[in-house]
Amino acid sequence: MLEISLHILDVINNSVKAGASLIGVTVCENKKDNVLSVTISDDGCGMDPEFLKTVTDPFRTTRTTRKVGMGLSLFKAAAEATDGSFSITSEKGKGTTVCATFTYNHIDRQPLGDMAETIITVLSGNANIDFLYRHSVDEKEFVLDTREVRQILGDVELSGPEIMLWLTEYINEGLAEISQSV
Amino acid sequence: MKSLAELEAIKNKMKNQVGMRKDDDAHATRIVVGMATCGIAAGARPVMTAMVEEVAKRNLAHVTVAQTGCIGMCKLEPIVEVMAPGKEKVTYVKMDAEKALKVISEHIVNGRVVTEYTIGATEE
Repeated sequence: MLEISLHILDVINNSVKAGASLIGVTVCENKKDNVLSVTISDDGCGMDPEFLKTVTDPFRTTRTTRKVGMGLSLFKAAAEATDGSFSITSEKGKGTTVCATFTYNHIDRQPLGDMAETIITVLSGNANIDFLYRHSVDEKEFVLDTREVRQILGDVELSGPEIMLWLTEYINEGLAEISQSV
Repeated sequence: MKSLAELEAIKNKMKNQVGMRKDDDAHATRIVVGMATCGIAAGARPVMTAMVEEVAKRNLAHVTVAQTGCIGMCKLEPIVEVMAPGKEKVTYVKMDAEKALKVISEHIVNGRVVTEYTIGATEE
């Protein structure tokens, strides 16, 4: 993966497959402490402790097309390559939380990449799932809660192309605003 | 700076169009982009975005763009499948955003399969 946002997209797809109805994506760019953290949490089916123990093993997967599953192992490797950390907690029937931290200025840290594109991609592909996207840069924060958006839209489809294009701009503007240095 | 209040205006505009977009599945063309780890790593996300934007721009009400998991040929990702009613499925491989636009304009709009991007042309 060339961007951290691609890992995020990949891990969100795990949550989707776990049957989640609400997925939280939190990105914290804490430049003061030199830490970038990414947390993805869902209320999907969760994993039993047995599966959880080996879930970052590339030869562990639920898919049936082949015997390898690289998503979480690549994400873990990317975080650890920057002296960061990686953790997963999960409870069967309750949900799963994946957390990765990166050393912000580490030379091997991938760029965060196009977060708007990642969020829009998951939104357009999953009309029935709600997302809570929080992104902070030091003290400033941008929040997008699709439950709020849905409330405004009423019976108009959230995943309609016009809405998607507007949301892309909305996210990009919001992120540009919080990224501005004072 | 945009505010969520602007959505209200879009919603009202959309409400008038809802009837136009209600296409019955039998006549809809489905475009499917492979979005598993392999697809994402190979660059499926910009392909997806390009397709969704182009379909919106051209107002192709009978076309839906969807995502799927691993199609099973990871080395050929990003893979895009086009399923039109009454026609055989066409599989495009090693896609990028530019090729995606060409597939929309040539295949979806004009009905000519872009043979050089298909799996048949690549595997020979």
